[in-house]
Amino acid sequence: MHRELIQLDINGERRELAVPPQKVLLDVLREDLGLTGSKRGCDDSSCGACAVLADGVPILACVAIASCYQETRIITVEGLAVAGEPTPIQTAYGEAGGSQCGFCTPGFMIAIHALLQHNPNPSDEEIRETLSSNLCRCTGYMQIYESVRLAMRRMEARSAQPAAVR
Amino acid sequence: MTDSPAKVSGLGRYADDISVPGMLVGKILHSPVPHARIKKIDSSKAEGLPEVKAVATGRDAQRPYGILPIGHDENALATDKVRYIGDNVAAVAATTEEAAERALELIEVEYEPLTAWFDPLEAMKAEEDWIHEGRPHNIEKEYHHEFGNLEEGFSQAAFVQEVRFYAAEVNHAAMEPHSTLAIWQPDARLTVYSSTQVPYYLHRTISDVLEMPMSEVRVIKPMVGGGFGGKSEVIPLEIIAPILAKKAKRPVKITYTREEVFYAHRGRPITLVDLKVGLTREGKISAVAARVVQDGGAYCGYGPVTVLYSGALLGAIYDIHNLKFDGYRVLTNKPACGAMRGHGTVNVRFAFESMLDMLAAAAALDPAEVRRRNLLQAPCVTVNGLRVTSYGLPECIERVVERSGWLEKKGKLPHGRGIGIACSHYVSGAANPIIRSNMPHTTVNMKIDRNAGVTIFTGASEIGQGSDTMQVQIAAEVLGVRPERIKLVAADTDLTPVDLGSYSSRVTFMAGNACLEAAKNMRAQIFEAVAKKFGCIPDELESRDDAVFYRYKPAQRIAFDEAVRCAIDFHGTLVARGTYAPPDESRGGQHKGAGVGPSPSYSYAAQTAEVSVDPETGEVTIHRVVAAHDCGKALNPVTVDGQVIGSVYMGLGQAMQEEMLWHEGRLMNPSLLEYRIPTTLETPQIDSIIVESEDPEGPFGAKEAGEGSLAAAIPAVANAISDAVGVRITSLPLTPEKILEAIREKQKQDREKNAATRSEKRGAR
Repeated sequence: MHRELIQLDINGERRELAVPPQKVLLDVLREDLGLTGSKRGCDDSSCGACAVLADGVPILACVAIASCYQETRIITVEGLAVAGEPTPIQTAYGEAGGSQCGFCTPGFMIAIHALLQHNPNPSDEEIRETLSSNLCRCTGYMQIYESVRLAMRRMEARSAQPAAVR
Repeated sequence: MTDSPAKVSGLGRYADDISVPGMLVGKILHSPVPHARIKKIDSSKAEGLPEVKAVATGRDAQRPYGILPIGHDENALATDKVRYIGDNVAAVAATTEEAAERALELIEVEYEPLTAWFDPLEAMKAEEDWIHEGRPHNIEKEYHHEFGNLEEGFSQAAFVQEVRFYAAEVNHAAMEPHSTLAIWQPDARLTVYSSTQVPYYLHRTISDVLEMPMSEVRVIKPMVGGGFGGKSEVIPLEIIAPILAKKAKRPVKITYTREEVFYAHRGRPITLVDLKVGLTREGKISAVAARVVQDGGAYCGYGPVTVLYSGALLGAIYDIHNLKFDGYRVLTNKPACGAMRGHGTVNVRFAFESMLDMLAAAAALDPAEVRRRNLLQAPCVTVNGLRVTSYGLPECIERVVERSGWLEKKGKLPHGRGIGIACSHYVSGAANPIIRSNMPHTTVNMKIDRNAGVTIFTGASEIGQGSDTMQVQIAAEVLGVRPERIKLVAADTDLTPVDLGSYSSRVTFMAGNACLEAAKNMRAQIFEAVAKKFGCIPDELESRDDAVFYRYKPAQRIAFDEAVRCAIDFHGTLVARGTYAPPDESRGGQHKGAGVGPSPSYSYAAQTAEVSVDPETGEVTIHRVVAAHDCGKALNPVTVDGQVIGSVYMGLGQAMQEEMLWHEGRLMNPSLLEYRIPTTLETPQIDSIIVESEDPEGPFGAKEAGEGSLAAAIPAVANAISDAVGVRITSLPLTPEKILEAIREKQKQDREKNAATRSEKRGAR
């Protein structure tokens, strides 16, 4: 099978690998790089469980041809924590019940992280609109919203008193 | 939750995330026809591909299996016939996915078509081409129950309604597609990682079908991405992967596509409910007669249990003395149905709670009041033999009435806006196991070593419902230690004792009780040693905040680590065990089918839904659902809220938009895009209220929380639609098309009535 050499920037590491030209990013992450945090939940890019950040913007890795992302900084769910320190949404999620089975959680982590980076104080309606790109079958979404609001409160407190917790 | 870090970091491993060296990809050839005899399978061309390491057909595993001992009618790969589009015909294991797919295309199968049956009522009339030879007229099972005196009951009624309700078929749509990795070990043993809710049943079935002793098979449940019943029986890939691994002598992983998940199915069946209920002038239910036909698909699966639940759980919610039930589980040439959240009860509850509102209207009673007038006097045993030990339904009703503003809203909102109420209930595990035996339903082991770390060994399966956290919390509470001190090893048949699985909401009640007993046994050993040291008796000790102390002088204390070392000096490594078996009194009556329905305890739920209906389009907007759930005792309130809200959410999906659309045995919407589970945009505000009735036998009073609220959501919305626009929809889902048609029909009838009144008046002049 024909393969081509590609270079990817994944979670701040430069990775070089030979893959078939049409291979999607999700399969490269899961099969070639062992980054199995991003999930495959559907056949038709409708569930959002595979979301990763491409230059800070969520994309669906299941329909992204890997070779097209060589000039892009890719962050997967495994790369969200900074120096091993979980992000506010990662800690809030566990406390407010955002995860049940957890299979959709990586996709939600990416979507919420991007939302809060872009807009640290979204309205309930903005949260709801943004997260409509991700499916969760367990929670009924209420505790996901609760987790986002908890993370927002923590982020606000931290930015108000930069020295305190950091 | 104890497993949150694994989930939010993406580092937790689900079955498809696990890979091992030398692993092959398994793919399955599915039947393109709904009902046919297999004349010939030629796989020689596929076997000739260099990448292909094994090809399997029905010849490789001929022993039939099924989740129920009375329903061993499946083979993982067809042996003689295919019975639905999607049935499993052959499988290959190859070094790459592409090669495996190419190999499938090279397998030649010759079919001899048979008459296919798609409609359950037609299938019941069939005189030939029965789907299973031993099931004449395609009836898998039928049950006929009568309790009390129906004739007398209906004669006491001032209002009687008889209505046919219909519910479409729905799928669990758990976010994780099924996946199984089978590893053939050098010592000829087999290790299987699988996305299962029931590792123990899988263990048994693999051993049986592959004719290997159970001791040579190890089943490990990794993290599971949701089940809802869809992983609660053995799914073909769980047998096919081991067959291929055994043939190839290499590890084989099969992961279903989403389309394959829909065809593997085991979801909630198309259900016809012919319901007749009588209500006295005082608003008491005087008699209930239900005829239920379920379109079960091509194999037995849990079918007889599903249909029995639909009859049995007419009881144990309201005070009903005259009850008749006729249930039919019918086979058709479609994927097998099975257990889905609220197993068997949901569609009948939709019918019953809709009917109660219709009768309330006839009797000019408030729907909440009708429900109040039919409450049980618990503790009690119902007419169909169900023992009710705790009963928070009255409080659930009061709480939702209060929170929703029911009194100000019911019948008082402007046209197009309405509010509805409904109730539901569910078992806290089945009192009778699927495979009859005297074995406890669950055993939990516990160990403490010299480092004072506690390890729980449990067969209970965490599938996202909080099973692991619940057991850690119980052990921490009893031992008086921080939860961080406790590790949990779960659902690995080589390491953990038998637990029957995560289904029928049994885990908190049963594994929770077993864990409670194990922790108490462990504490007794520690107290015995400390009592000797303190010169007191164990009863005088308490354990809290990582210390053991003398109750009457708390300053006399030792740290938990030290207490453990004292005990280890006596006993060596500390081990303890706890078990749970439901009490005999909870096991139900003696009639045929009495085994299904009895539970050691029942949960209760009441809900209100407030909606707007656009009379021009029939479109419904749900504004808010208020859901009260009696879970006995909330061991973890965040988890209970999450389970209740999640149940309501899934109920709303079934109520409003989910439906598996069939055309001659072919599924027309086998993808998440087309099947459309609700996104955030279709999900209304859902408020959860926890009611605690403190069950006398539950662990710390706890009982079911994960399923019971689902069923009430559907009729609550149907009743709200009726309140909003005055039409009664008796068919699920409650689509705009059906609502609009009913509105137009009502307008037509209103016009005719008005015209008749006018002409009468003219006649009178």
